[in-house]
Amino acid sequence: MLQLIMRRIGMMILIMLVVALLLFMINEGDPRLIARSVLGPYAQDDQLQLWIEQNGYDRSMLIRYFEWIGRVLTGDLGNSIIYKRPVSEIFWDRLGNTGILAGVTFVIMVIVALVLGVLAGMKEGSPQDRVISVLSIATTSVPEYASAVILAGIFVFWLGWLPGTSSMTSGFNVVELILPVMVLTLYGFGYIARMTRASMAEVMTTPYIRTAVLKGLPYRHIIMKHALRNALIAPFTVIMLQINWLLSGVVVTEFAFGYKGFGALLLEASLRRDIFVIEACGIAAVFVAVFTQTIGDLGYTYLNPRIRFK
Amino acid sequence: MTDTTNSAPIAKPDSMLVSAFKSIALLKESPVGIIGGLIVLMFVVLAVFAPVLAPFDPNAPLLPFAFPGSEAPDGGIFLFGTDHLGRDILSRIIWGGQRVLFYATLATVSAYIVGILMGLAAGYFRGYLDEIISFFANVILSFPIMVLYVLIIANLGASGANIIFAVVFASSPGIMRIVRGVTMDIATRDYIAAAQTRGEGAWYIMLVEILPNARGPLIVDFCLRMGYTTITIGALGFLGLGLPPPDPDWGGMITQTRSFVTGGFPYMAIFPACAVSLLVLGFNLLADGLREVSLRD
Repeated sequence: MLQLIMRRIGMMILIMLVVALLLFMINEGDPRLIARSVLGPYAQDDQLQLWIEQNGYDRSMLIRYFEWIGRVLTGDLGNSIIYKRPVSEIFWDRLGNTGILAGVTFVIMVIVALVLGVLAGMKEGSPQDRVISVLSIATTSVPEYASAVILAGIFVFWLGWLPGTSSMTSGFNVVELILPVMVLTLYGFGYIARMTRASMAEVMTTPYIRTAVLKGLPYRHIIMKHALRNALIAPFTVIMLQINWLLSGVVVTEFAFGYKGFGALLLEASLRRDIFVIEACGIAAVFVAVFTQTIGDLGYTYLNPRIRFK
Repeated sequence: MTDTTNSAPIAKPDSMLVSAFKSIALLKESPVGIIGGLIVLMFVVLAVFAPVLAPFDPNAPLLPFAFPGSEAPDGGIFLFGTDHLGRDILSRIIWGGQRVLFYATLATVSAYIVGILMGLAAGYFRGYLDEIISFFANVILSFPIMVLYVLIIANLGASGANIIFAVVFASSPGIMRIVRGVTMDIATRDYIAAAQTRGEGAWYIMLVEILPNARGPLIVDFCLRMGYTTITIGALGFLGLGLPPPDPDWGGMITQTRSFVTGGFPYMAIFPACAVSLLVLGFNLLADGLREVSLRD
């Protein structure tokens, strides 16, 4: 187990280094482009050249890459070109906002998905199973940007219950969080629910459940004590992988509702070539994704003794 | 994951096209799949006959802010209303569907060609080649997909060709993984050994002996991926990174009119939103039906 953990962590670090290299090459490969984005479109050629030399961008890319890795690891993310401030001053706030949105969504999504998945898988082929299965395919077919306008039409325009934007201009407001969370949950829960259903349905056909039924144990007891424990192992990995998808959805949803999170920041920075912000956002996104993937793999191994003791 | 591979008939390798038709014929056993297939078929028909079926010119400013069902100046009816610039929404949805389906198909097929070639090579040759391909697939797959799209499109610029490139770049590693798994499984079969003994070349074996027998999981995955690509193209349009205006695409239509949703004209963005969702639903149901059928026999 320890060896497996070390190997997975090593792989994680290697992937992060390669991803960082890719991001670095795209953004800082050409020194003249950086000088151009920092100094603006009206800078003269000799000004660009001077800036490149003053800031050490005339050295080889590999040296700059390792220097940059060192700076990022010590928390120095460079200066934002749009905001004219250190990236770290803007970035952590934005990441925190996304953390709130994604965290709330994640908890609600997982609870909804597991409950529906277990209810469906408990009685395979029953009307309750059919309804839940169709529902989870249908909601997974509505992308975030579509449900954002549909739900805004319903809850903001027709019913007038919720605000249409979530920019949180007058401080943090839970009401403004409702629509983004709904949008993300709606699109994301279906896949976990379907996996949970499949896993639950499989467990329900096993001999030990039949034994429990034949022993005359109460149905509730069989589900809660015997079936759930095994049925929830497989969805665990899917749930951890879902965080990667959640981060994708966050970019679209934050844009849709004007929520000031890291996805909106990444989009803005990409469109205006704010390279240091792009790098920070890209690295953070991939780190969260790779980290949760690793946790998912290790957790699955830990939860499933058949793999653990191999 | 590979559970459908064993059920794939080993006997004689049909051409991919023939086997695709066979799988579609099997669909009659799955009502869900048929509904999905009909939805997709409807959009394909709308796309192919867009010039005949669209009631108005999709880019012509006719009558701004007309509600659904109101009369056009020249006597026709705006079934879905018009947008803020007076363009007929139904016509834009039909033409936009043509654009979305065209790019989604082209991008997904391209991603499949790249993914299949890499997966076959990795799964058949194994060794260092496999290690390298798999590692880079892992690197690409560790990006949250929308972050990757934003990075690529923002760097290359928004155009049809760049969208296709981005889709190939982002989704071929996933396809490669599936193909690699199935290939490693099939490569151990006797008929592969027979072909090797006959002295067939490696690529002949991969493309003629292995690929047709790997079609089961690939056809299901293809339908799912068509749905994802449709979502992606819409999302890029929505973020302002999509196909260039003024020609309609669904994501772009939503983003141009979404500020009117709360201002009294929700239909402008909701109709294209429903169109995307319905098409994706069609692909998802079709994939579900095909999976159900392939697991049954």
